[in-house]
Amino acid sequence: MKNKHDSILKGEGPILKIEGLTVDFLSNDEPVRAVDNVSFNVNRGETLVILGESGSGKSVSTSTVMDLVDCPPGDIVGGSCLFDGTELSRLDAEGRRNINGRRIAMIFQDPLAYLNPVYTVGRQIAEVFESHDAAHGKQARANAIELLRRVGIPEPESRVDFYPHQFSGGQRQRVMIAMAIALKPDILIADEPTTALDVSVQAQILDLLRDLQSETGMALVMITHDLEVAASMADRIIVMNGGKIVESGLAQEVFSNPQHPYTRRLIAALPHGEAAETSHRRSTDLTGATLLKVQHLTKEYVLASGAFAGKRTFKAVDDVSFEVRKGETLGIVGESGSGKSSIARILLRLNDPSFGEAIYAGENIFEMSGKCLVAFRRKVQMVFQDPYGSMNPRVNVRAIISEPWAIHRDLLPRSKWKDRVAELLDLVGLRPEHAERYPHQFSGGQRQRIAIARALASQPELIVCDEAVSALDVSIQAQVIDLLADLRTRLGLSYIFITHDLPIVRHFADRILVMKQGKVVEEGPTSALFSAPRHEYTQSLLKAVPKPKWLMSTEAPPAVPGAPRPERTRNGSVAG
Amino acid sequence: MTIISPDIKPAAAPGASRVLLAYLRRDRLALAAAIFLALFVMAAILGPWLVGDAASRLGLRQRNLAPFSLEHSWIYFLGADTLGRPLLARLIVGAQSTLGIAAAAVFSSMLIGGTLGLIAGYSERWYSHMILRLADVVMSFPSLLLALIVLYTLGPSITNLVIVLAITRMPIYLRTARAEVLELRERMFVSAARSMGAGPARILLKHIAPLVLPTLITIAAIDFATVILSESALSFLGLGIQPPDFTWGAMVANGRGYLSTAWWIAFWPGLAIMLTTLSLNILSNWARTVADPQQRWRLQTLRKAAR
Repeated sequence: MKNKHDSILKGEGPILKIEGLTVDFLSNDEPVRAVDNVSFNVNRGETLVILGESGSGKSVSTSTVMDLVDCPPGDIVGGSCLFDGTELSRLDAEGRRNINGRRIAMIFQDPLAYLNPVYTVGRQIAEVFESHDAAHGKQARANAIELLRRVGIPEPESRVDFYPHQFSGGQRQRVMIAMAIALKPDILIADEPTTALDVSVQAQILDLLRDLQSETGMALVMITHDLEVAASMADRIIVMNGGKIVESGLAQEVFSNPQHPYTRRLIAALPHGEAAETSHRRSTDLTGATLLKVQHLTKEYVLASGAFAGKRTFKAVDDVSFEVRKGETLGIVGESGSGKSSIARILLRLNDPSFGEAIYAGENIFEMSGKCLVAFRRKVQMVFQDPYGSMNPRVNVRAIISEPWAIHRDLLPRSKWKDRVAELLDLVGLRPEHAERYPHQFSGGQRQRIAIARALASQPELIVCDEAVSALDVSIQAQVIDLLADLRTRLGLSYIFITHDLPIVRHFADRILVMKQGKVVEEGPTSALFSAPRHEYTQSLLKAVPKPKWLMSTEAPPAVPGAPRPERTRNGSVAG
Repeated sequence: MTIISPDIKPAAAPGASRVLLAYLRRDRLALAAAIFLALFVMAAILGPWLVGDAASRLGLRQRNLAPFSLEHSWIYFLGADTLGRPLLARLIVGAQSTLGIAAAAVFSSMLIGGTLGLIAGYSERWYSHMILRLADVVMSFPSLLLALIVLYTLGPSITNLVIVLAITRMPIYLRTARAEVLELRERMFVSAARSMGAGPARILLKHIAPLVLPTLITIAAIDFATVILSESALSFLGLGIQPPDFTWGAMVANGRGYLSTAWWIAFWPGLAIMLTTLSLNILSNWARTVADPQQRWRLQTLRKAAR
């Protein structure tokens, strides 16, 4: 596939050549090296995947190509970025604008944050044409509709006038892709494009990217922490760790025969189907007493109704019942919008249910108040999806971890706080001197460890983990899960583990609840659910896990039905 | 893009004031502003003792004396007003009442407005609506009219003046604080604190107030000038400071009629008001940077790697 496109397009050799790139971030102390002597090439029509955990410098190195690193605090120490024969660092602002968006385009992880909420998507796509003088007015709008059709948005003629919040997460990512490919760039840089999406939506977006690439012959640079996504997309792969490239080569070779210890560890951490059945991470003793019993839990939202429309209600959680035993891990699996996070928030009394009851240690959670509620909140803790958002950015780690003791005064005398913080940091694999730092100085995985340390500080009986490891890469995921499993054995904890990622729960959960649109569609012990899924939704979830690219090279890539192949015209715009 | 700094060594913890001083030295503009404000505060404290007599001494021969002449005495360097009183001495003496009244009014309106705004933003009970309507009433009522009524009934005095100024400026802080709280209370770390069992008081004081405060301080710095000028308007109507006491605002009002013939009478006190506000602004900007752990690097020595 790659060679075919090379011959179609003009020129030989790499389109983007990065040589010895080194980027520092400056602070009061020694500068922090984010990217250290990184060199790589991108050829026309190929997919290069940059794989690494958060904080490994993969985003910084591509942001430098787009000139998105602020200097200071950033400091480009050395290196060159050669794009199609042009040295990018020597360009002035005007020259950069001609390349950014037109010849190198980028899509980001969180499309809601990168789309302007007050403009229609049509206008935002048309803006790409207008700012580069490629098309104006009606023509730009027609191009926008054509692009939306191409990226698989249904009814593009009417949806073009919708606002970003009226699209689902996957559709927003499609809109972002439409904006990025509008001017037929030579290189598309995709920075974690599917991390915020569910497995089945992720598969669709990856298919779309593959199709677009084979149509236009653009080079795709994909940044990801997800090994399966990397395997399903990559022609060549670069593995980064601590700002350095530790391994690079053809994807199949790197995956089947990893050389560097870091890569080996990553690939070993990848959950391999049946191997999970013998996992030591599940609990062994399943005879514990019932800790939490939830019955007929329902949460209704009244939707805004127009003057003539009747009142409509939306059931985020629809008649859900389950129980959690002591020392057990219950996995709740579902796509975003399936109501799994609502359950977590209701159980912690952050939202109130419409009806239903939850009996914790003989008492109904929803009727607790005053002292009783405070005592309950001591015993049940939550680890949130976004460890950065769940910590006050103005206080240091010591204050974050000590907070439960400041709230529940009888837990620990103030004189012992310092030692206990050091102990907890040690327990979750951080160093005691980290206590003086602020949340923004840590990587995603480290922050999640701090969040776990905080949850453990009040000696809880039950921890609710809401997508607690979804943002982390596999090796860190495995470490955090090992940590949680270890703590369960040592401290007798129970977990409710909410995630959209099936392989993770397969390792860790004892029983699984599969949710769809607020309802429980399937429930059962983990092994049974994986070996013989009864509900078709569970089956489709299991099938959506991405397959390596070299295994599917024989099949034709699935085409989007009814999508016309846009012609490439001289000025680089899409002929409408 | 995450910025991580893996190996920050535990600094040999110098005192907090020394760190602040180092940060202040890094920002030249803020340092100049701080020195300037310190000078004014010194003048306010020591002024009456140093040049108190000169400020009220009439000098018929020096009436409307132009500035920058050393013919008479150094105290007449900035010129003299219509009654021949030296402007420099009057600026120094006027600093005390001006800065005192403005600081007291701004501080109390920030404190009251901020507190009420925190409550109105966080709580959804009846009193939060009460507070908002109260602010609306104060905002929609012409502030000068309110001041007139209050000062006529209570009688002019410095305390009453401060109360009136504080009440009329309060809604700005209240509205701003409420708007910020509405956004902050939906943030994840507030949910996290609630799920840990933190009470409303703790959430408001520990988690929300520290993030609202920088905004309020910035508004307060800008508001300082407005308060000085409204105070002079009230004094002009005979409701504020009564002669022979005076403030910078009163001095500006005094010189207004002579702008075409003796510009310096209104110019110097006007300049003093402007410089004070500007310095406060610069300093509040610096304080905001210091308070934010993610912005603090701007004030730190950035050591580049050898290349």
